[in-house]
Amino acid sequence: MSPEPSSLQRTPSEPKAAISRYGSNAGQPLTRRDGILKVTGRATYAADNHPEGMVFAVTAVSRIARGRVRSMNIEAARAHPGVIEVLTSANRPPLFHDPDEKMPPFGFRVEVLQDDGVRYANQPIALVIAETLEAATEGAALLDPQYDVEPARVGLDTGLRFDPPGVGVGGAPMTAFGDIEAGFSKAAITMEADYETPPQYHNAMEPHAVVAEWDGDHVVLDMPNQALALSCATYAAFFGIPVENVTIRSPFLGGGFGSKAIINGPQILAILAARMLKRPVKLALTRAQMYGPVGHRGQTWQRLRMGMESDGQLTALHHRSISATSAFDDFLEPAANASLPLYASPAILVEHEGLRLDTGTPGPMRAPGEASGSAALEVAIDEAAEACGMDPLEFRLKNYAETEPGTNKPFSSKALRTCYAEGAARFGWSRRPLSAGQMRDDDGLLVGWGMGTAVFHCPHFPAEARATLRADGTALVETGAADMGQGAWTALAQIAAEALGLDIDEVEFHSGLSTLPDAGIAGGSGHTASAGLALNQAGGDAIAQLSDLAVNDPASPLFGAGNIGVTARGGRLHRRDDEDRSESYAEILARAGRSDIVGTAKSARDPDVASTHALYSHGAVFAEVKIDPDLGQIRTTRLIGAFAAGRVINPRLVQSQYFGGMIWGLSFALHEEAVTDKRTGRIMNADLAEYHVPVNADVPPLEAILVPEDDAIVNPIGVKGVGEIGITGTVGAIANAVWHATGKRVRKFPIRIEDVLSA
Amino acid sequence: MNRFDFLRPASLAEAITAAAVPGSVYLAAGTNLLDLMKIGVTRPERVIDISRLPGLDRIEWLPDGGVRIGALVRNSDLAYDARFAAAYPAVAEALLSGASAQLRNAATVGGNLLQRTRCAYFQDIASACNRREPGSGCDALQGENRLHAVLGWTEQCIATHPSDFCVPLAALDAVVEIEGAAGRRELPIEALHRLPDAISATESVLAPGDLIIGLRLPEAAALAGHARYVKLRERTSYAFAVVSAAAMLDMDGDTIRSSRIALGAVAAKPWRAHAAEAALVGQRANRETFETAATAALADARPSGDNAFKITLAHRILVRALTLASAGTPKVMPALPASPFPEQHAPAPKGDLHVA
Amino acid sequence: MPFSISLTVNGQSNSIALDDPRVTLLDLLRERLHLTGTKKGCDRGQCGACTVLLDGRRINACLTLAASLDGSTVTTIEGLADGTELHPVQAAFIACDGLQCGYCTPGQIMSAVGLLSEGHAGNDPERVRELMSGNICRCGAYQGITQAVLEAGHALSAKNDAQPAGVPEDGRNAA
Repeated sequence: MSPEPSSLQRTPSEPKAAISRYGSNAGQPLTRRDGILKVTGRATYAADNHPEGMVFAVTAVSRIARGRVRSMNIEAARAHPGVIEVLTSANRPPLFHDPDEKMPPFGFRVEVLQDDGVRYANQPIALVIAETLEAATEGAALLDPQYDVEPARVGLDTGLRFDPPGVGVGGAPMTAFGDIEAGFSKAAITMEADYETPPQYHNAMEPHAVVAEWDGDHVVLDMPNQALALSCATYAAFFGIPVENVTIRSPFLGGGFGSKAIINGPQILAILAARMLKRPVKLALTRAQMYGPVGHRGQTWQRLRMGMESDGQLTALHHRSISATSAFDDFLEPAANASLPLYASPAILVEHEGLRLDTGTPGPMRAPGEASGSAALEVAIDEAAEACGMDPLEFRLKNYAETEPGTNKPFSSKALRTCYAEGAARFGWSRRPLSAGQMRDDDGLLVGWGMGTAVFHCPHFPAEARATLRADGTALVETGAADMGQGAWTALAQIAAEALGLDIDEVEFHSGLSTLPDAGIAGGSGHTASAGLALNQAGGDAIAQLSDLAVNDPASPLFGAGNIGVTARGGRLHRRDDEDRSESYAEILARAGRSDIVGTAKSARDPDVASTHALYSHGAVFAEVKIDPDLGQIRTTRLIGAFAAGRVINPRLVQSQYFGGMIWGLSFALHEEAVTDKRTGRIMNADLAEYHVPVNADVPPLEAILVPEDDAIVNPIGVKGVGEIGITGTVGAIANAVWHATGKRVRKFPIRIEDVLSA
Repeated sequence: MNRFDFLRPASLAEAITAAAVPGSVYLAAGTNLLDLMKIGVTRPERVIDISRLPGLDRIEWLPDGGVRIGALVRNSDLAYDARFAAAYPAVAEALLSGASAQLRNAATVGGNLLQRTRCAYFQDIASACNRREPGSGCDALQGENRLHAVLGWTEQCIATHPSDFCVPLAALDAVVEIEGAAGRRELPIEALHRLPDAISATESVLAPGDLIIGLRLPEAAALAGHARYVKLRERTSYAFAVVSAAAMLDMDGDTIRSSRIALGAVAAKPWRAHAAEAALVGQRANRETFETAATAALADARPSGDNAFKITLAHRILVRALTLASAGTPKVMPALPASPFPEQHAPAPKGDLHVA
Repeated sequence: MPFSISLTVNGQSNSIALDDPRVTLLDLLRERLHLTGTKKGCDRGQCGACTVLLDGRRINACLTLAASLDGSTVTTIEGLADGTELHPVQAAFIACDGLQCGYCTPGQIMSAVGLLSEGHAGNDPERVRELMSGNICRCGAYQGITQAVLEAGHALSAKNDAQPAGVPEDGRNAA
């Protein structure tokens, strides 16, 4: 069983799109390289695989949130025609890692039938394997579990409060700069308000899935995965095999948003079943089963207090969050940390408290902490501006941070002023009346305008890549990146092509496979920068080796150019001082008798950069809502974002990332909420009919302004991140627009019809 | 989904005979039935496929000006039938505000009449639900019930009927044609769905084996010029109603001769508002009149839980539906059928705001 | 109770032996015919990822029982391109970046093809948005999707100019 490398080279007989080209390499708005596969249905997602002899696994899940499974009707399930095996805590084969032991660096405790205990509703309590999907599904339904039920802890009243050792991924639970109480005592004006954000579920369109096939002690896993190398190591530990025996193929992810970066119980069980049965096993979670074991955005209760001088200058900023996690593991939305990087206050205090609930463990979900924290902060800023009688943009400019608040580190780049100015101009913000409830349109609808500031940090993960220049002058570049829709197949190839001085069509790109060099984690909006830098440096390494051959070869027109240097362009090396003297890669390799040159790189962030500079993307979002004055139905009618995020590799794809983030912000503000029954702890809208995410008709014409920003400091390729920043700012912008339309300050998300209903 | 016997009768008579066996259900498109089977709410022993039965997929115009709609006519085919949409515009608008284009292409008229409640406790087989399992109780009563009934509920059941289509049908006195073991019979649509009472939550009066074969609407030309359906939703499209209203007016100048009014998503059945209709007779079409009618329509409303706001909304959506209906049926179907929002074609032009 | 149905899929007629009456059209396509372009997003008619054309009309394959389809014709995403020539809707989705992760894309495209043949949207973006609302895109590619449907509509009507168009100019139906 040799896994096919994932590549997007196409054979000539395959469809070609009639697509305009806009140039070739980095900076150009190329259409997606994987576009044809995706529009023809030939892009292969995990559950599309069907190895010979495959059987189907379906998890049975708990309908209680706390207690234990007393019994199940295993016999009924086994008796169902087609059912092969039923795995429960009584017969589950051993694992080689304790699932209640966290595995660093990003390990979570997982539920893999280690006992009969139930920690949350929708926890797997059995796995049924059958010859057909229909039989496995019914087998699971026939189990009819009986429970010993303990009261579910749901919400602030019944959950257990605790002081967390950390928030998010290794973040400090409390950060303080300056004297917060002194700041408040100096204030002429203060604001204080409480905000609530609900549990939200990633709901990638592709449910979590795995097709597992063992060959002795080797296993190949087709699964959507945002962190290939890390996952291989984790699975190897669970199954007691060397890491190199685990191969994950993840050429396409049907959305991830953080939920496919962590290991979950159901997939481990399916892999275990495949080993036990010696047959390939497919498991795909149902939509309902995604509301539990695969992470979510934890609920928060936040309080913001601000003190201002009479001119609006902040004197103190205090942001506190109670962040919910599960009863057995910790992932706390670092929501209050949203108040650290943005507004220049001489005193800032951010702090977190934990709350244990009987839910699945939350996890990182698109802008974890930043989204929920920004939602509260940006509304609070609007309230503070209102309290000062100031325009919200003027207030933000008054408190503009020229250096990072608290640390006083310079920003590696920060074009936020331009974002404010361009967004506001495009939106027509200067025509906004200061007070609420002033605007109506021709149809009599209430109209409101609001804004929010967007900000997102720039993490950088270690990554590796390989670039092979081939005898014919083309290249193969390889790194195990993850394309979950952001466009890695395209943007990373553009970066590689640029580094190699080749047209993108001359570059074959292999990715989405764990046997390739480790591209790090596709998360934190850091994938393009991280994997991109590795590709850039691997390409640079290959070109340096090629150049060595040429400048040291007396037969080359580039002979002796070593000190002057050469540039790589169009598949040729050119003397830097005399562009006419050049030679093709193929010629150089042929003369040297080389079949190829292999460049490699292991890249990471220069530690000095992070210690000396603050690294953030920025933006400003402006929203218009219209609200029916009698009925309270809300529609976002305009949404304009201006973002500065370093160098743009592909403006078409970057725009799509911003749009996606802004729609997530709209969804956060007006739609998404998992509703939990307080008696049972069951989520009562665990589907896509009642857990509302926006549909096409909810989305107004969007605009994203790409504000240029050169950043030579953040990393050598100048790339920041664009995947998550669009949510931040947008939630507040819409909530503030709702206030501006109605005069009602809604501090609990999502904003509902009854919240804005006039008396 | 449990295993079942799948039968494909060739005729209506065969179907009725087949369905006489206990544990049988009829399958038309399956957009509701299959969903309920997947979540375990329905576990039939026999599925009787009526989707190909001849003669049930026609829209027939009757000599008296009314129309007969076969039970297998697809929702979208009815809504986009030009003659039907002109004669019964509020029905067309209601149909197009329901579900999605894909579901409307599949779902049948008969199935729509019998679609079951969206109450989360009905759908969740681990919850108590008198409607799913008589006598088990109602977990919605003390549960998450902000969208539940405000009219006609009892402690037995506070669920609402989810159909948009049925709301204008109720207003129009549609007649349901039923074929069963005892032969053919007819019911006014108001008598088809049942409200819960003090002891039970039976949904419809149909007996096992009964099959809806068609639906008749009486002639309503006098109402066609002033007919609207309005639906409040938590997203702009592809969502069930929070509340909805159908309003049809027979106008003499600006005086209302008569009206047809029903509310949706407020009760276990589409809620015909007879009291509101009575309040409008001979009145001028204006805000006060409509407010009076809405007050009459909701005189008996009371919250069944955390949903008092729905009473306010039901009142207001009825006023809105009446207001829009009195302004006249739009010449073209709105881009967002039944939405309170007018269509948006482009980013707001600079001059369209009235700043106070 | 094994029985067989005849089903034409992407122009090819098949006699399909069904050993289980529970199989939905979606699972038939994906797990038995191995036509995996059609995706399962919710399996309950709540997302549109499984949209295919059944006898020329867009429907949710997940809520359709395969056993009831004897004699029907199904078109899936795999059957849309004409050899190496993409369907105008497919080309427009790429050009307008009407996709990100691509998982909802086959359903979006089949829905768009259905929408254009239904002819109720014309060139009105608001009607396109409304009539595409049965297809959820969690990545948020809606703007590109709407644009792609409009552009493909133009391309198709230019192509069909010789024939009488079924699409009313203003995309509106009499109400």
